[in-house]
Amino acid sequence: MAHAGTLEIKNLNKQYTVKGEPLPVLENISLSIKPGEFVSIVGSSGCGKSTLLRLVIGLEQEYQGEILLDGKRIVGTSLDRGIVFQEHRLFPWLTVEQNVGVGLLNADLSPAQKKKTVDEHIALVGLKGFETAYPYQLSGGMSQRVAIARALVNRPEVLLLDEPFGALDALTRSHLQQELQRIWEAEGITAILVTHDVEEAVYLGDRVVVMQPRPGRIKRIVDVPLPRSRDRGSYAFSQIKDDVLSEFSDTPHSDVKLVTPQESLGANWQFAW
Amino acid sequence: MTTSTISSDASLPQLRRFDWRGLVLPAGFLLVWALVTALGWVNTKLIPPPQAVLSTAVSFIGKAQFFNGLGASLWRDLAGFAIGSLAGVVFGALLGVSRWAGRIVGPTFHTLKHIALFAWLPLISTWLGQGDAAKVLFIGLSAFYPVALGALEGVHGIARSQLEVARVYGFGRVQLLFKLILPGASPQILAGLHLALIYAWLATIGAEYLLAKSGPGIGDAVIQGKAAFDVPLVIFGMLLIGLVGALFNQIANRIEARLLRWRDARH
Repeated sequence: MAHAGTLEIKNLNKQYTVKGEPLPVLENISLSIKPGEFVSIVGSSGCGKSTLLRLVIGLEQEYQGEILLDGKRIVGTSLDRGIVFQEHRLFPWLTVEQNVGVGLLNADLSPAQKKKTVDEHIALVGLKGFETAYPYQLSGGMSQRVAIARALVNRPEVLLLDEPFGALDALTRSHLQQELQRIWEAEGITAILVTHDVEEAVYLGDRVVVMQPRPGRIKRIVDVPLPRSRDRGSYAFSQIKDDVLSEFSDTPHSDVKLVTPQESLGANWQFAW
Repeated sequence: MTTSTISSDASLPQLRRFDWRGLVLPAGFLLVWALVTALGWVNTKLIPPPQAVLSTAVSFIGKAQFFNGLGASLWRDLAGFAIGSLAGVVFGALLGVSRWAGRIVGPTFHTLKHIALFAWLPLISTWLGQGDAAKVLFIGLSAFYPVALGALEGVHGIARSQLEVARVYGFGRVQLLFKLILPGASPQILAGLHLALIYAWLATIGAEYLLAKSGPGIGDAVIQGKAAFDVPLVIFGMLLIGLVGALFNQIANRIEARLLRWRDARH
């Protein structure tokens, strides 16, 4: 079994430069994730949650502060971190087993070991029998399973998930959430899930990190002390879900003044005159 | 671009069963041809009857001149195709991968490609004469452009998101080339190769016409037929040239469909 990584983010700041002006994307993010923990990050679009994930995987490099995996600063991509993107990003010219094998291209294993590990992970995501299928022959949910297998095949210390089920239909999504939980438990791995689906965040996470936009900051961290597998219909579950949702619902009140129909009607009349 | 339409058609013939309706027009043409020549409605010196072409074909196929000619033409064609398309893949891929090469070489390349292919012939024959070297160079040039353009288009079409996958899994330069760039660009490269195969055959015949008096070849045979006013031989030569071209096209279709079987057939 993989060794689960400890991830520490300390005073992380990140900015882009847009037309010569610095645009802060992430501000003062500090988050410490225990080995084997499942952390969900929720936030509306533009809160920098995907940028945070891209920094942890190493696809974005420049930042202030520290991102440490097992105490070592993260520099670039590495096989000790796996990622599943929102789109499956499989290579269409490779079969399922070849796509999973892409993860092991640079692994220090013999061909026989690689074959065995690939087979194990195809079985883990429930795709036995589809080894030689091409991506165009798979449904969206199956393609995402292959992407999960590819991300896990190196037995990384941390699995990063960037809205992995965002493009799937509701039924497939809830089924894959269960599957992901099973896989996470089987692998005993540290996982970070970025999503805009609060129910998904609460269903899967040990903790839910709520982020707010412009610039991206951590607003609150909500613990989910429910045993697994969680019942989405239970009272305790919906209480936590409502608690997280309340972090979003209060923003419009403070930021946006509601316009009553009468007021707008009057404004229209005035405009007509 | 024309290359992409060719590649999407390429997967179809294998899926479709042979449709005999396509033979109606040639059969009808053959019938009219036989009829008008038999009834003496046309000057049979200029338009010989089909059976004259057939008997010329039968006697010509028996001669060593036929095999030497066809063999020489095919050899030149394939040599030029191999050299030109290999150079095309390397050049096009390099132009697509390297921003530096794209900036420096790109504008010149995109201008030079507008020089009509046959406009190169005077220069080539001045340098290399009228022998096989000149012909193979000319055929190579005809194959080079479509392949280079296809490779360039294919490499440019590779998604950033897939390059990120390569970075996540630590691809080295060689892995990047052979595991992502070349397979990713393969539909356009194959479409370019397909065009190149057709262009190379046209160039083979064209070179034999225009760089005449230079050894055997199937185009050469047609020219001799014309000189001797042997119209059946001219027609047979034309048919043979067309047949070889169609055969190349069929082979290319098969290979393309086989190599691109990972693509959705409805693509």
